[in-house]
Amino acid sequence: MGKERIEAAFARAAAAGRAAFVPYITAGDPSLDWTGRYLDRLAEAGADLVELGVPFSDPVADGPVNQRSAERALAAKTTLTGVLDLVGHKRAAGFSLPLVVFTYANPVAAFGWQAFARRAADAGVDAALVVDLPVEEAGEHRAACASAGLAAVFLAAPTTDDARLAAAVAASSGFLYCVARLGVTGAATSLAAGLTADMARFKRAAGKLPVAVGFGVTTPEQAAAAARLADGVIVGSALVRLLEGKDPEANGKALGDAAAALAAALERRC
Amino acid sequence: MSAPGRFGRFGGRYAPETLMGPLLELEAAYLRLKGEPAFQAELAALLKDFVGRPTPLTKAERLGGALGLELYLKREDLAHTGAHKINNTVGQVLLARRMGKTRVIAETGAGQHGVAAATAAARLGLSCTVYMGSVDMERQALNVFRMRLLGAEVRAVDCGSRTLKDAVNEAMRDWAASVKDTHYVLGSALGPHPFPTIVRDFQACIGREARAQILAQAGRLPDLAVACVGGGSNAIGLFSGFLGDTGVALVGVEAGGVGLGPGQHAARFAAGPGGGKPGILHGTFTMLLQDADGQVRPTHSVSAGLDYPAVGPEHAALAESGRARYESVSDAEALAAFDRLAREEGILPALESAHAVAWLCRQARRLQSQLVVLNLSGRGDKDVETARRARGSREGVGG
Ligand SMILES: Cc1ncc(COP(=O)(O)O)c(C=O)c1O
Repeated sequence: MGKERIEAAFARAAAAGRAAFVPYITAGDPSLDWTGRYLDRLAEAGADLVELGVPFSDPVADGPVNQRSAERALAAKTTLTGVLDLVGHKRAAGFSLPLVVFTYANPVAAFGWQAFARRAADAGVDAALVVDLPVEEAGEHRAACASAGLAAVFLAAPTTDDARLAAAVAASSGFLYCVARLGVTGAATSLAAGLTADMARFKRAAGKLPVAVGFGVTTPEQAAAAARLADGVIVGSALVRLLEGKDPEANGKALGDAAAALAAALERRC
Repeated sequence: MSAPGRFGRFGGRYAPETLMGPLLELEAAYLRLKGEPAFQAELAALLKDFVGRPTPLTKAERLGGALGLELYLKREDLAHTGAHKINNTVGQVLLARRMGKTRVIAETGAGQHGVAAATAAARLGLSCTVYMGSVDMERQALNVFRMRLLGAEVRAVDCGSRTLKDAVNEAMRDWAASVKDTHYVLGSALGPHPFPTIVRDFQACIGREARAQILAQAGRLPDLAVACVGGGSNAIGLFSGFLGDTGVALVGVEAGGVGLGPGQHAARFAAGPGGGKPGILHGTFTMLLQDADGQVRPTHSVSAGLDYPAVGPEHAALAESGRARYESVSDAEALAAFDRLAREEGILPALESAHAVAWLCRQARRLQSQLVVLNLSGRGDKDVETARRARGSREGVGG
């Protein structure tokens, strides 16, 4: 399905006058079983796509909330193989939202770029985003994704110049991931001052490719503001921090409620 | 697009997107300044008058005699702040200032790089923040205080293994948020391109001087050049002087910790299931201690400066091409060499440097009458407490 399932999700949201809602959770926090249930919660809450994080021991692009989440997932012995198997099970059980796997390069390199792309596509993953794999280093990954039918998503940041932005757009399928601010993932009290100008630049460069904005989007109000600038809004840490409580059942309920509030905020009312 | 900064198949630039622009800016600035006489003159003056270069090459008469070889020590322990780290920090902070940055950040393990970064920042008028794992802050408390005396802010890193690798993680996170006014002074020849090249170039003074000094003092090139390898900056600095001299064997010595099983050491080049495999960490493709799932393994070494799961990519390439060889020695061997160099030469080496000495002691029988240059990367004052505790536990008295 890959790129088509993602494009269809963005198109459906656009037709309904919304930005697509893209929640992020770490797979395996607190266990892959729970992640399976949380995926259903997110679907019920109105997610259009889901980003599933593969835990890594050294997540340099992540703030403390996602780091702790990765630590919990690794403590539960979560592996890339396990994450892909979970996706396979969910697809077999009828889970139909597009799924984007968000990972660092080394777990994929250890798995093998070719083997990863094939196995992920077979399991029902639609896209892969390797956060520390810039376009310049992504030759093997892109070829593997292309031959497996997996969409490859790249990032654009405020520090990305126009030439590299064009390369990221050319290399991306499904959508372009726009980093909303300088820094790592994590909750923020406000959106970055330069976000409107950055997003205008990213959108211009992206052409028909949908653009989704993430890093720091925290509250429904921020999500609503971001929704006016992008085709999709990604919310990670603000949801992941709800998984820190002791009771996974209660965490799941909190996750669902917060996701529903964010989804509702993405209706473009203006 | 072609991938820049490769050493053989190793190296590259595996950085989060936010850091790509700053890395390209750094590369361009460095290439420009590298060829600029005014910059080079400013750096040369600092190295001479502030750092105290050239550092001596000392003949180790007693230890060399006992080992049956002709041993010369390159005395980086006599550089300002007591280790080779200052060569790199003076260069990078000068570079940062020329790039218009007003703040530098650094990671540190043993504290030597942090002290050297704080020192260069104080001298050149930039503010400085140093990230240090809380485990390392405990084992190197004196250096924490030194950094603070030098006006740096030391931030404890309390995630992961709370050692050097986690300090690098945290510095990279800081940099992603602060790139506009901040330069990241990476402390070893690792990380994303252009860091491995910049750090090697700033440390190349070690090998350049050592080559000229050994020719002048011994009348010929050495048979062997040896250095300890944490990230690999002092070793690549020494090796770079002799890479073209194919008759000079190059040996890097890693931390063998308490054994070569998983998690017991930092010997990235060790063979077997506990050893390293090519992988990607902190922006570079290199030999990496990792499990089958690509998660980075915990490491152990008595010396904080060698306690790191990856190694500079140029070393990975030198190992693969066979130009250099990498060996490891245990904590106990390093501690014994620490004592021995103190008693037989009147030099307290850093525990990092003691690893190179230990390997030479172990290997001496096979190196009879060879001419050897050993890089004494730093002095051991910071390690006296560790050595005292180790001796206490050996002798069964309270540390
Ligand atoms: C004295 C000394 N030698 C060696 C090292 C290891 O670093 P590198 O391998 O980059 O020289 C350190 C690091 O802290 C050090 O302080």
